[in-house]
Amino acid sequence: MIPDNLRYSKEHEWIEFKGKIATIGVTDHAQDQLGDIVFVELPDIGQEFSAGEAFGVLESVKAVSDCYVPISGKVLEVNDLLTDAPQTVNEDCYGEGWMMRLEVTNPDELEELMDQTAYSKYINEEST
Amino acid sequence: MTKRTSLYEEHKKCGGKIVDFAGWEMPVQYSGVIEEHLTVRRAAGLFDVSHMGEVEVTGTDAISFLQYLTVNDVSKLQDGQAQYSVLCNENGMAIDDIIVYRFHAEKFLIVVNASNRDKDVAWIQKHTKGKVTIRDISDDWSLIALQGPASPTILKKISDVDLSKLQSFHFVLADVSAQQCIVARTGYTGEVGCEIFCSNAAAPLIWQELLTTGKGAALKPAGLGARDTLRLEMCYCLYGHELTEETNPLEAGLSWVVKLTKKDDFIGKKALMQVKEMGLQRKLVGFKMIDTAIPRHGYPVMHQGKRVGHVTSGTMSPSLKQPIGLAYVPSELATEGSKFSIDIRDRLREAEAVQIPFYHK
Repeated sequence: MIPDNLRYSKEHEWIEFKGKIATIGVTDHAQDQLGDIVFVELPDIGQEFSAGEAFGVLESVKAVSDCYVPISGKVLEVNDLLTDAPQTVNEDCYGEGWMMRLEVTNPDELEELMDQTAYSKYINEEST
Repeated sequence: MTKRTSLYEEHKKCGGKIVDFAGWEMPVQYSGVIEEHLTVRRAAGLFDVSHMGEVEVTGTDAISFLQYLTVNDVSKLQDGQAQYSVLCNENGMAIDDIIVYRFHAEKFLIVVNASNRDKDVAWIQKHTKGKVTIRDISDDWSLIALQGPASPTILKKISDVDLSKLQSFHFVLADVSAQQCIVARTGYTGEVGCEIFCSNAAAPLIWQELLTTGKGAALKPAGLGARDTLRLEMCYCLYGHELTEETNPLEAGLSWVVKLTKKDDFIGKKALMQVKEMGLQRKLVGFKMIDTAIPRHGYPVMHQGKRVGHVTSGTMSPSLKQPIGLAYVPSELATEGSKFSIDIRDRLREAEAVQIPFYHK
């Protein structure tokens, strides 16, 4: 399940870009690999990140996994729903399970990210 | 090269997610760790634990040799009885935690952790005393664990064994699915259940029959993920975490297993008597988080600005829906109600020592 309207990072985050605002979450592949997500740590509003930096943490029953920002920007909003209902990431990773919204500082970085076809190929290669 | 158990194809059929565990390709989960965990607590779960090692000890001196090799009192065992124990080195440090099964006075089976199999076999062979024969028979056996309140009902349908009449830590030779097996009333979940030793050839058949028979009782296959959270809620030690060659069984809370009063000498006895005499510097403690965060293996335990210990295991407890953990802390902090912090990604999160086990029926 890989939507065609999003861009993807090698660390399995997705990004939806509208105007200057990017919504970010993790992909279906990522949530499936992690298993039952039981804890989500999100950044503070106003925090600034460069592309590639860790912005948050997803924890499954078994493991801790960092999440990386695919694109530089400043945090406008985080999905507080995940604090009380972390399993939302498993249930609806591209919808209700979004993690944060950024004001993008360098939209050119978007070009470095994969589209649906490239990401689909990437996860197939990674799993073989 | 990783190894596969005789149930590997069954795991694929059941949708198991396969990971490398101690050199074995094992299912970490099927439907999901939380669901499998709760299924074992409420109904029953089926685990493949064939990666565990089995070492047979036979001979006229089997009892005296095992008395010397292990910390528990083997002379107390009757035929058909099993005993949890520890292999220690001369310094009283844990080489492995094991279960010793007595068939008769001259035949015993030691079940060891998969990750320690080669080390244990070498250790046992090196310390052989008297007339005993040691055989690593791990490759000849498969091991299936059926655990959970519905286990007795399920097992009864395909064997003559009545688990409700078999005492804890006892075993019988019996047919399961018309295959010769050893059925032991042991497990690693805190639930009623059994571990079934069978031939590799019989394992897939028994696995399938149990799943089919148990369907009505909501039996499901359960992976290593659920096995770990179930044992942690019960505060059972996991080698490599609570027990290592840097820990002794007394500080791990296993003094009930270490029989310092048994007449016979055993490897590590002198060192452990000294440890007991000096008093324990540190102890394993069960704790809950006051702050919302999950403790994990290796995280530092902090108290009054100093690092005073480390977390050995931690998770979000599926039964309690709360983060729990085990940690080594200075003995004075190892009392119910004492507070300390866990350093979680450079932030200090408050925790409180609680009564163990975490989970009660």
